[in-house]
Amino acid sequence: MAYGSGAFRTTYERDMALVDSRPRWIALALFLVLLLLLPAVASRFTLELMSQVALAAVGALGLHLLTGMAGQVSLGHAGFLAAGAFTVGILVEAIKAPPWLTLPAAALVGALLGLAVGIPSLRLRGLYLALGTLAMHYVVVWIGSEYQARYGFHTGVMVPTFELGPLFIRSAVHWYYALLALALAATCVSVNLTRSRVGRAWMAVRDREVAAASLGIAVARYKLLAFVASSVMTSLAGAVWAYYRSFVSVEAFSFTLTIEYIAMVVIGGLGSVLGALIGAAFVILLPYLIDSVVAALQVGEVQYYLFPLKFGAFGLLMALFLLFEPLGLVGIWQRVRNWVLLWPLRYIPLRASR
Amino acid sequence: MQTVAGIIVLASLYVLLGVGYVLIYRASRVLNLAQGDLMMFGGYALFAAATSVAAAPLVAIPLALAVSGMAGFLIYILLMSRMAGHPVFAAVLVTVSLGILLRVGVVLLFTDQLRYPLQVMALTNPPLHLGRGVTVSMIDALSVTAAVVVMAALVLFLRGSTLGIQMRAAGERPLLAAQRGINFQLLFALSWALASLTGGVAGVLYASNVRLDPSLGVFGLKAFAVALVGGLDSLGGLVPAAILVAAVEVLTIRFGNPLLAEVSPFLCLLAMLLVRPWGFAGTREELERV
Repeated sequence: MAYGSGAFRTTYERDMALVDSRPRWIALALFLVLLLLLPAVASRFTLELMSQVALAAVGALGLHLLTGMAGQVSLGHAGFLAAGAFTVGILVEAIKAPPWLTLPAAALVGALLGLAVGIPSLRLRGLYLALGTLAMHYVVVWIGSEYQARYGFHTGVMVPTFELGPLFIRSAVHWYYALLALALAATCVSVNLTRSRVGRAWMAVRDREVAAASLGIAVARYKLLAFVASSVMTSLAGAVWAYYRSFVSVEAFSFTLTIEYIAMVVIGGLGSVLGALIGAAFVILLPYLIDSVVAALQVGEVQYYLFPLKFGAFGLLMALFLLFEPLGLVGIWQRVRNWVLLWPLRYIPLRASR
Repeated sequence: MQTVAGIIVLASLYVLLGVGYVLIYRASRVLNLAQGDLMMFGGYALFAAATSVAAAPLVAIPLALAVSGMAGFLIYILLMSRMAGHPVFAAVLVTVSLGILLRVGVVLLFTDQLRYPLQVMALTNPPLHLGRGVTVSMIDALSVTAAVVVMAALVLFLRGSTLGIQMRAAGERPLLAAQRGINFQLLFALSWALASLTGGVAGVLYASNVRLDPSLGVFGLKAFAVALVGGLDSLGGLVPAAILVAAVEVLTIRFGNPLLAEVSPFLCLLAMLLVRPWGFAGTREELERV
């Protein structure tokens, strides 16, 4: 990230540091404390929303690894989520498996599926790859619906409460802390990947594949790794989703869900961890925001139009961001920050702030 | 024999929809994921024309098709032309947004009730007995005819007329074509209009034959599998691909597994991607260029 002006680092350690100044450390610590103390003040509904955002953030980070960092487009994200959720559902239903078995199993299924989807990526690029992943999504959903139809769970599979030894998650507060921890872990993994060998290789492959190959990066291996890493993270999110909703059904994993996740990374800002997090929050909270705006305006007789309106607002926003702000919310935020940093001067920094 | 008839009828719908994908892809390398929603839009245009303008099919159907064509034209002028210079995937995502907006617009205007435009036009859909125990409905026969007519007209247009030849040139070598003074904006807008028009034909037929509801667009996604199996930039590959995919789908339903049949087009697509990603008759260099 280039800034308009300000800090110049003099050592490599400082350049690699994730949090590079004391005010930022303080701000981050305050933010974390705020998140930890939230259950003491917030209503149950707020906690529920925050939990949903945290869960979506894990899935969005999974997509960020694949599309944002490694540059491999995927239209099959809901398929990875479904794979994780159905692994939990099927294992619980078949052998009453506890979470210490289902979660690693979901990760394993995710890894295998990522490998299977990743192999075509060695030959296909861009649009064709997107279509391959979309086809994969339908195949995964078909396996799920076949399972539901064969074993008579027409509406879906019930999943019991999450219990792992002394650890159990029952109340909304428990879920809030669990999902927050999961989202924080996923964020740490994603942020650290950007300064690791793997992350740098991914970004090189994303920016120019031929150049990456000529630098000695094993393009094929890193592409597969990106698919596997992304789909493991996503199917773990799917597995936790199954416990969180305590119910798994194919209806939840439609193509629309994929679009929602793509919208998260696009609206947030493609290629940025912060973008994936902001985007997840934005897409999850948008319908509730519309609800509260409508309630505040007190226009009657809109109940019927509310659902299509929410869906439409989401489509419209995605189109607007793609058209006018391809860098997403993070791009806007950086521009604002640069404006403040440069004030009262107005000229644009020499290196564009990407 | 009845199975063969079923395959041909389904294939004709796939051809009508697949043509739209191919036209837009050839022109601008954008995969229009809103094609299914354009089809749904055509169906609703028919419903609206029949309820509010005139119930006579000779008025309502041409009106609906004209509206569909104009819609495609406007979509390009107002929305897609702005995506020039953006990454292709961004343009594809914009078509996804477009699909969402079309669906929402239809729900807001017409509610999400099921509609039957054929009843509104006071027409029936009588079965036709073709001998040898083959029975198809009137509209089935019409959709096969429409597919043949549309394909023939497109081939004539692309080979015979100046605009058609320009369109092929622009699809083949965009830079060279631009240097020769070919009007790109017009051609792209025209390809959108044509895609929307053929989608509208499919929509009118499907809505008359089965029903009309806002989630009809899902059918369009199956047709994109057909377009890819045939080769995204090839009209010639479309017909065999449509017949193959329709055959697999109909036979899977017949031999017992309707759930599998729903995904069979995608399985065909995956198989094709592994074996021959450019499809039956697509251009091979296409893959390198994307």
